[in-house]
Amino acid sequence: MNPVRKRRLTIVVAILAAAAVAIGLTVFALQQNMNYLFTPSQVQSGAATSYKTFRLGGMVKSGSIQRASDSLKVTFTVIDAGGAMPVEYTGILPDLFRDNQSVIATGHMDNARFIATEVLAKHDETYMPKELKDAMAAAHQGRKIDEAGNGERGTGNP
Amino acid sequence: MTPELGQLALILALLLALAQGILPILGAWRGNAALMALARPAAAGQAVFVGLAFAILAWAFLQSDFSVAYVANNSNLALPWYYRLAAVWGAHEGSMLLWVTILNVWTVALAAFSAQLPDAFRARVLGVLGLIGVGFLAFILFTSNPFARLLPVPADGADLNPLLQDPGMTFHPPVIYMGYVGFSVAFAFAIAGLLGGELEQAWVRWSRPWTNIAWGFLSAGIVAGSWWAYAELGWGGWWFWDPVENASFMPWLVGAALVHAQAVTEKRGSLRAWTILLSIFAFSLSLLGTFLVRSGVLTSVHAFASDPRRGLFILGFLVVVVGGSLLLYALRAPKVVGGKPFALVSRESAVLVGNLLLTTAAAMVLLGTLFPLIGDALHLGKISVGPPYFGFLFTLLMLPVVLLLPFGPFLRWGGSGGGAQLRSVLLRVSVAALACAIVAAFFADGRLKAVAGVAGAVWAGTGTLLYVYKRWREMPRGRRYPAEMAGMLLAHAGVGVFVIGVLLSESLSTTRDVRMAPGQTQSIGRYDFRFDGVAATRGPNWHAEQATVTVSEDGRTLATMHPQKRTYLRGQVQTESAIDPGIVRDLYVALGEPMDPQHLEGAWALRLYHKPFVRWIWGGGLLMMLGGFAAAADRRFRTKRQAGADETVPAGAQESHA
Repeated sequence: MNPVRKRRLTIVVAILAAAAVAIGLTVFALQQNMNYLFTPSQVQSGAATSYKTFRLGGMVKSGSIQRASDSLKVTFTVIDAGGAMPVEYTGILPDLFRDNQSVIATGHMDNARFIATEVLAKHDETYMPKELKDAMAAAHQGRKIDEAGNGERGTGNP
Repeated sequence: MTPELGQLALILALLLALAQGILPILGAWRGNAALMALARPAAAGQAVFVGLAFAILAWAFLQSDFSVAYVANNSNLALPWYYRLAAVWGAHEGSMLLWVTILNVWTVALAAFSAQLPDAFRARVLGVLGLIGVGFLAFILFTSNPFARLLPVPADGADLNPLLQDPGMTFHPPVIYMGYVGFSVAFAFAIAGLLGGELEQAWVRWSRPWTNIAWGFLSAGIVAGSWWAYAELGWGGWWFWDPVENASFMPWLVGAALVHAQAVTEKRGSLRAWTILLSIFAFSLSLLGTFLVRSGVLTSVHAFASDPRRGLFILGFLVVVVGGSLLLYALRAPKVVGGKPFALVSRESAVLVGNLLLTTAAAMVLLGTLFPLIGDALHLGKISVGPPYFGFLFTLLMLPVVLLLPFGPFLRWGGSGGGAQLRSVLLRVSVAALACAIVAAFFADGRLKAVAGVAGAVWAGTGTLLYVYKRWREMPRGRRYPAEMAGMLLAHAGVGVFVIGVLLSESLSTTRDVRMAPGQTQSIGRYDFRFDGVAATRGPNWHAEQATVTVSEDGRTLATMHPQKRTYLRGQVQTESAIDPGIVRDLYVALGEPMDPQHLEGAWALRLYHKPFVRWIWGGGLLMMLGGFAAAADRRFRTKRQAGADETVPAGAQESHA
């Protein structure tokens, strides 16, 4: 093999090896960090059982927010048209977290309760993230929700 | 009446942009000097009318003309004048107008400072910029008219989103757009080069200062955005791998690769096709960023009200730009390959490796950002990709970049010899990094990330300093650090500063979410935070609960901090954090909610942070910005001389990997 072809071959092999490693690592990292979004009724029908961490999306049930008197623990209920899920969160909630607002919480199930590590609330009374709107529409046909504005997030101590 | 004048100005600007986009390119093709000469007056005319439209919208804001729907939706009488001005780009329509205005700033600058370009080439470059202007002006006129009227006229407007009522947010959009849109110049040069089938690489030298300036602005814009997220969102973090942050980061990564690839192509003629490809990608990713921010397809803090037509329009434009330019590339690129051969161990190879890592990082970010859309299209469910994906892969990809950084400037073009020198550099940076890592290990009590941060920063910093010393010793006074090289050194030093900031602040920070009653004290390390209660206060368009938190260190009072919970006119609540800045640490307090809403003078939730070295992150970014600007100032770029044959010019900046 002449030197030029040998050099080219080395380079091609090196690039292919690097690409294989890169693809392998990317697939691994993606698998580890994919979070699915489910609404309470989807969770209750068992759609989320195979995922340890997922995102729960829906509306905060009116009057369900309860704070502990001696810590930053908050409990509230997230609902969609056909389901309800109690959520527990410890930390400071986003500014516009309140009754009847859409939220997306990241966390995991503990018995029948969702333990949230992060709560994302919208920042404007008419905004709902597109994916949440779609998910709620998929769970129950035909509740019309407008969107406008922008969202906001709070991170708490797990 | 004036708002209609604004709309008329935009229509005239669109017509002039059409003239600027079509006639000069036609002229360059047919060799018609008269048509080519139209490029500059058409560009000037477009700029005048776009500037007029922008001024009219700004005036409508300052005058609080609520008959204009956009003004009524984003301003009100109580808003201070400077935020009224910033509100011009505070929402969709105005920020698109800002986009076009900045495109015209770049076009006019190019028209003014391009006397050394051949006429046909200049006509093509200005023509391509004109076509981009056509796309965006049509977008504004057909889908996002900022001058639409509102009837009946409301007595007062709504409000500017409170998140945007912050000095950082006032500057962030114009600066970041200077970067985004600036890549359109590099793009126009590459397309003009392809259109003309330029066999010379001279056009790369002409486009280099523009690329460097655009990249510098993008660095500054990202720093401003990161600072805003840190100070204003109240989360205390500086980067979240949010889709919109990623949208600005992808062109930055490709831009960093482009800045280096251009240096190789200009000096050695190699990597020509690659440089053209990067120019196309950098601009395409800027457009994609605009699409992601403006279409609302992804869940993001920046997701604004969206109209599906808008997303479709930008997507269509994106397809035309990417498809068209790649087609042109496929047809013409085989003509522009060439350049001097180089060995495996050479400066070219180092740049290439750095380039591949930077572009792979950009591809990785792209995949993670668009994955929710891919998952949606394939009916995999509603997916989001968590920040650890980005953090893990980015660290992995940037580690070799930082490791290679000290050697780039020492490597020779073409690569012959110099092995002894490389070994000596390796020895010195290793010893320095190891020594500092050992010292750091004593202070960091076993936190590996902090030790790695110190070692990485010293590694990169020592390498840069060694090169500074080498130039000092070997070159005569006055020729030691030409602007281009000074830029490279600043940017590389910035990488070191950035690394130390990221790893130390990530590993040493302490966050506490606490419940505090007035008079209570919480400690983080040596710092005692005493909560002195909450009082009411008010500003021009908000009222707030303001806490007083006194911070002391070993009994000595350091700072009195006043975090606020603001309520704006329309009822939007906004947390204003209080920050006590420092070179080696920031103290940060954000006010949560009252534990009992009926009893505001009682206990509150507070978030306390101690963030060591967090400012170094932005310091590093600003050094990179300065590097970009400094390199662009090099006199060499402004002369007509051929650089290819000119070996006496100090081989300079940006040839290694940032």
